[in-house]
Formats: sequence, structure tokens, C-alpha cells
Amino acid sequence: MVTRDDYKIDERPTWCSGCGDYGILNALTFALVEHEIPPHEVMVVTGIGCGSKLPQYMRVNGMHTLHGRPWPIAQGAKLANHDMRVVIVHGDGDGYGEGLGHFVHAVRRNPGVTELVQNNLIYGLTKGQYSPTSEKGWKTSTSPHGSAEAPVQPLALALTHGATFVGRGFPGDLKHLRWLIGEALEHPGYALVDILQPCVTFNKPRAYDYYRERVYKLEDEAGYDPGNRTVAWERAQEWGDRIPIGIFYRATPGPTFEALDPVLEEGPPLVKRPLEKLTSDQVEGLLAALR
Amino acid sequence: MVEDDITIRIGGEAGMGLESSGAGFAKALVRGGLHVFGVPDFYSRIRGGHNFFTLRAARDPLYSIADPVHVLLALDMETVRRHTADVVPGGAIVYDSKDELPEDLTRDDVLFIAAPLAEMAREIGGLELMRNTLALGLAAGLLEFDLSYVEGIIRDNFARKGEEVVDSNLAVIRAGAEVAAPYRDEFPFRLHAVPDAPQRIMLNGTQAFSMGALAGGCRFVSGYPMTPGSPVLIWFAQNGAKYGAVAKHVEDEIAALTMAIGASVMGARALVPTSGGGYALMVEATGFAGISETPVVIYNAQRPGPATGLPTRTAQADLLFMLHASQDEFPRMVLAPGSLEEAFHLGWHAFNVAERYQTPVMVLSDQFLADAFRSLEADALDFDAVELDRGALLTDADLDALTERYKRYRVTESGVSPRALPGHPNAVFVTESNEHDEVPRIRESAQNRIDQQSKRMRKGVAMAEDAPAPTWYGPEEAGLTLVCWGSTYGPAREAVDRLNDREPGAANMLHFGCLEPFPPTAEAELRKAQKAIVVEGNYTGQLEILIRARTGLSVAGHIRRFDGRPFRPEFILAGLEEV
Repeated sequence: MVTRDDYKIDERPTWCSGCGDYGILNALTFALVEHEIPPHEVMVVTGIGCGSKLPQYMRVNGMHTLHGRPWPIAQGAKLANHDMRVVIVHGDGDGYGEGLGHFVHAVRRNPGVTELVQNNLIYGLTKGQYSPTSEKGWKTSTSPHGSAEAPVQPLALALTHGATFVGRGFPGDLKHLRWLIGEALEHPGYALVDILQPCVTFNKPRAYDYYRERVYKLEDEAGYDPGNRTVAWERAQEWGDRIPIGIFYRATPGPTFEALDPVLEEGPPLVKRPLEKLTSDQVEGLLAALR
Repeated sequence: MVEDDITIRIGGEAGMGLESSGAGFAKALVRGGLHVFGVPDFYSRIRGGHNFFTLRAARDPLYSIADPVHVLLALDMETVRRHTADVVPGGAIVYDSKDELPEDLTRDDVLFIAAPLAEMAREIGGLELMRNTLALGLAAGLLEFDLSYVEGIIRDNFARKGEEVVDSNLAVIRAGAEVAAPYRDEFPFRLHAVPDAPQRIMLNGTQAFSMGALAGGCRFVSGYPMTPGSPVLIWFAQNGAKYGAVAKHVEDEIAALTMAIGASVMGARALVPTSGGGYALMVEATGFAGISETPVVIYNAQRPGPATGLPTRTAQADLLFMLHASQDEFPRMVLAPGSLEEAFHLGWHAFNVAERYQTPVMVLSDQFLADAFRSLEADALDFDAVELDRGALLTDADLDALTERYKRYRVTESGVSPRALPGHPNAVFVTESNEHDEVPRIRESAQNRIDQQSKRMRKGVAMAEDAPAPTWYGPEEAGLTLVCWGSTYGPAREAVDRLNDREPGAANMLHFGCLEPFPPTAEAELRKAQKAIVVEGNYTGQLEILIRARTGLSVAGHIRRFDGRPFRPEFILAGLEEV
């Protein structure tokens, strides 16, 4: 029996009061507990940013890594130990800016990892510059005349590259976010949950109230079929007066990146195999090719 | 008749199959009991240009190519134009009779053989591409090398393509040998097989290092193709699965090193092969491995840069870069094998050092070492000597017995913190990129920074004891010492031999296979040199700078080369005249 206490740690987050990251931390912890996943069986890989300090604030295996690089690190971890539940957590500057290339490549490989994005449309830790998901025209310290860039569309991007679980959550509805993360954790392939994370300090116009007035649940939409990729792709780009949350798309994934590897398709995880010297037969096999 | 130390050079355009046919022929010589040394010299293009392949053979072990050419096989006139001057008096130049030999390229003291190479290849083998095989048959015929060894290689190499392909290749090689017959009396060089010689192996530095790494427990390789580093990635992609090693060609070099770090944190011995430009992209991740105390082995096959530079050529110009890559400081080891035996040995040693000190280990190879192949005695790669030492790695039993909270970055006297692999209920921990305390929690206090940075740097003290010492070759008390690192070992060794043949006891060599930590014995060894000349493949003299920085010693002079071509003994001897 896994309890919330298993994930408890005596470290206070450095996040601002009211930060959306608290909700994400809580929802993740609840989801892990609900799905009976103990801390030592989870590896949370994060990038760099306010939210990426998350593994410091729960008792869990973690890798707090480099800005933009959590995907390859997480994939390396999963390949080395595919029994470990690997969860990638990062922000929008991290993942959709510095690491956008890794994001797309990770999605098209279908590694068995769950990705949670603390998407606050702003750079928080560096104190308020526009991010890759900021709206066009957004004014910040580095875009005093308004950003000239169209925002990255992460959900559509993931769908285009073959993701089979694409969702969006909102920490203002914690119960829904918990459920959504849990569904993502149980998905037997790559799963993306982009999260509308209010930054109450540097992005006040996109804080709780803004989203509360606009979000609606796809689950509540009559006739919405999360098995329809084309419809999902259209909804993924809906933004403005109405902002959808929930599961945009879900399908049965193909074999994961790990399962397709000739070394890993059968047998225990790589790191559980004994590390031994080559046998004389193996040495002979290597030398035979050189004669 | 001159019977020992013969060099054959085959030249033409890219796409003519020079490298594979040359390597096949070389293997036949090895099976015939001869020692070989072969080097490809290629342009960075798929078609056209001027490529050549130099193959030297002798009864004694070889460590380098040499300048004089005895048989030049010219598949185009460009080859004749560029290499005629290298042919020794009495040597032969074989060219296609469809090409016209310009007046200014003729020489009286060389045997010119014009043969319809392309036409014969087409008629006998059905493919003009087989003219390289025909030319090599012609060389075998001229040199009176027993053709049965070449036929054996053809059978082995082409067996999976079917009997017809085997037969057509055999017919072509025999036809080539027959063309040579009437010229043999005029040609004074011979390369006879040594039938009672022991069975030997032939390989290049890529293979030697890859096999060393595999033997050393490397089970995870991630890389992005970049010449001349990619052959190691390809070797693991093709051979790794058989031995339980995962190999991934990923989206870029940043992903390559970070993925390896992710695998290593979980417990896999991980390797990243690249070249200097690719490594430039990995610099930040190197620092992450440093502060997170993650073992990883980085293999850099150097080529001339900066940026794209000369992709298919050789250099030793990344030494100071590798030594200092990343902001701030952490311990690392930089190894530079000089020979195939050393590439194998350091290949496995690197993984032990990386795990013992939980930090990056870099192996500096270069295009010359990676691509040049050599014959070795069958037992020269010492698989029996391989040790697998995982350092302070906690076992499940250790962790079962743990009563207090596991501290990943515990401050210890040696600086090495006992390492758990994620997955045990008693060792739930974070691998941290921010400065951290022992737990690790992110902490910024000055004292904590001093404690953790000092702990990490202390690992370098013990690591220095693990740094392979520089090695001597040649007589003690010689008047001249060539000081070198990495692949310069071979050509410098032969230069030393030639100097001592002229005047016994004249010269010796001090070779550095490890440059960081700078081996503790290096200063004492350098002081033994009466006149030290540093031989290295860069413009500024990076080893020379390092020697001065680490020991305060100045050397008597240097010989440098930065034209992308490997050192040869003749280049070094000529350089000595000017020092």
C-alpha cells in the first residue's frame, strides 16, 4: 500500500505562494499514490527552471539535469532500466525552447515515458521574459515591443509525430489533473500532459482567473471522440475564449522504443544483467573476424 | 632481389572501392605470414576527387607507413601525377592503357606497365569497378606473392554474394597476375609469403578501441555520425547486440552525451563516440556529468578543425580543448592511446576509471589511429588482462542493510561517495545539476560549496595514481628523446629505430598515453631526456604547453604538423635536421 507519506520530504519548495507548480506537485504525488507506484520505482527527470526543482520537493528518484535536455536523459534512463517508471517534468522555456528538437525526436520514438509540462507561457526563474508559448505580441523585458513570434503548438506537434496520449491539464482543477496524470502514467507508451501552469508573479494576466473563465473539459463535450486524431489536432490549437483541457487523443501505442531494441526486447533491464568479462567463445567470435 | 618492406599504393577517385579492396588484399598478406600497415587517404566526398590507399608489408612488425612506394597502381592519371615522385628507382607504375601517359610524367628508372585494366575487368568480371581487384592481382603477380592467399580472402568476402560473384572475382585477380608475368624479370622487388608464420590478426584503431570498450563492460553507446568518430558507433550498432550492448544513433551530439548520462546514472557503462566538432556540442553535458558525478566515457577521434575543417583527415589539436571543456572545474581523465594494443587496453581501463571516480573519462583518438590498420600477433589484444572494477558501487545487500537516509554525495576523505543505482527502496535519491549538499538538497551556502567542490576535486588526487605513466621506447641514456602523445607513437617509434640503426643508442622516445591527470612520474621521466623534442599534430604545441604548465620544464625543440596528414618517419627525420 503506497501512501502520501511515502512521497513526503522535509524540503520546502522555493516557489512563489500560489504558483501552479504546487498543484502539479500535488497532482503527480496523488496520481502516483492512487496508482500504487512506490517512490523507488519512479524516476522523475527534469530540466532547469523553477518547476524543474520538483524532484527536490518530493521523496522520489530524480535527475535535475540541464536546460532543454530532460528527454535524452530520460530515454537513456528508460533504455538502461525499462522497469523504472520514467516521468519527464519541465517548463515551456526548457522544453519548447531550448529542447524543442529533443521533444519531437522523443515523441516519434514512443519511449515508455510520461511527460508533464509546466507551461506558464513565460520564463519565471530568469524573471519574466517571453517564452516559446507566449502569445504573439506579448510584451516582456526581452520583447518590449511585443513578441513577433507565433507560439509553439506542443499538442499539435506531438500529435503530428505520432503521440498516442495527448492531454492538457489545469492545476485550478486538481481533481481533473490528478486523474489526467494517472491516465498518462498508465498509458503503455509515450504520454504528454501539457499543463496550464499559472505564474502568479511574472505572468499575472495568465493566472488562475484567466484560465478559470475559459477552460472546458473535453470529457464534458458531447460527441467528442478522443480516438479521432484529426479532430484532436484541431482542438489542440484552440486558444482564446475557450481553452480545452482533458484527453485530446488516446490510441493504442505500438511497441515502445525500448521494446524495439534487439538487446532489450527480451529479458531483464540492461542494468539488471550481470556485468562480466567476455567469455572465451565471445573473444574468439571477435577475433575470427580479424583473421 | 629486395624482399622486405614493400609499399603498394593504389589511387583513384572516390567510389572506386579502393579501401575495401585494399583492406582485403592486406588481409591476404597477413594470412600469408607478412606484417602490414595500411592507411587510407580520402577526400570528404562520395565521388571524384583523389583517394589513395597505402599498404606497407614486411616480415617484421610495422608501426607506420613510409614514403617510398614500390608498386603504384594508378586507376587514373591523377594518381600517376601525384605519386610518381614517391616511387623508388626500379619500382613499377601500373596504369590503364586507355589513359595517355603525359610526357612529363615518364621516368627512365621506373617500370611503366600499361594494361587495359577497365576493359579487362569488364570483359572478365563483368564490372569495370573490378579494375581495382585486377590491379591488385597485377601487384601480387609482380611481387610473386602467392595468389592462393588472395583467392582465400575473395572466397571469404564474397561467399554470401554467391558463387558467381566469387568466381568472377577469382578470374579477375588471376588475370591481373598473368598480366604481370612478362614484367617480373625487370622488376627487382618481391613479397614472398612466409608460410610457417603464426596466424595473426589485422585491425584498425576503431576496432581495437571498440573491442576494448566492449570487453570493459560498455553496454550503452549513443552517438551522432561524425567522421572519423562514427566508425565506433557503427561498430557497436553492428556488433553490440550480440554481446548485450545497446547502440543508438540519436538526433544530435547533445542528445548523445545526455542520453549516455541518463543510462549511466541507472547503472549502464556508457560510451559516446564523436569527433571534435561533435564534442563541442557535448561540452555542457560534460559539466553535468562532472557535477552530478556520473561516470561516462567520451571518445573523440580528432580531425583538423575548427568547425568542419578537414573531415576525413587527421590532427592532434583537441588536447587542450578536451582538458578544459566545460565551465568551472572538476576532475577528468584524458587518455590518448598510441597503438592498437594501447587503444584496446585504455578502451576497458577508461570504464573502470570513470566508475571509480564517478566522472567523465575522455579518450583522444584521431583519424590516423582510427582508420590505419596493422597486423598483430593473435594474442596481442590481452582479453585475459581485462578487469571490471565498478568502484564504490553499493550492492543490493549493502542497501538492504542501510539504516539511515542514503546520501548520494556524502563527503568522504577520497572524495568518492558510495554510489547507489536508482531502484532500491532504501536509496531514493536525486542526481543533481545545481550545487547541492550530501543528500543532495540544493544549497548555496559558501561552506557547503567549499565542502562539495573540494570533495569532487579530491577525487583527482587518487585518480592521478590511476593515470597511466608515460612509457619509454628505445635505449636509455640516448642523446635524443622524441616526446609524443597519441597516434604519433607509431611513426616516432620507427624514426627512433632508424636513428639507432644509423648510430646505436642515438635516440629513444617518451610516449604519453594519459595527459590528465598529468602523470605524477612525468616530470622525473622528462628530466631523464638529454634533448627532448616534442612531436605532435597541431600548430601551437599543445603537449609542449602542458609540459611547461605542469612541470615548468622547457623542451629543446619540436616537430609539428597540422596539414591533416599523419606523421611518417621520414617527416620526423627531416624535421630533426631543422631543429
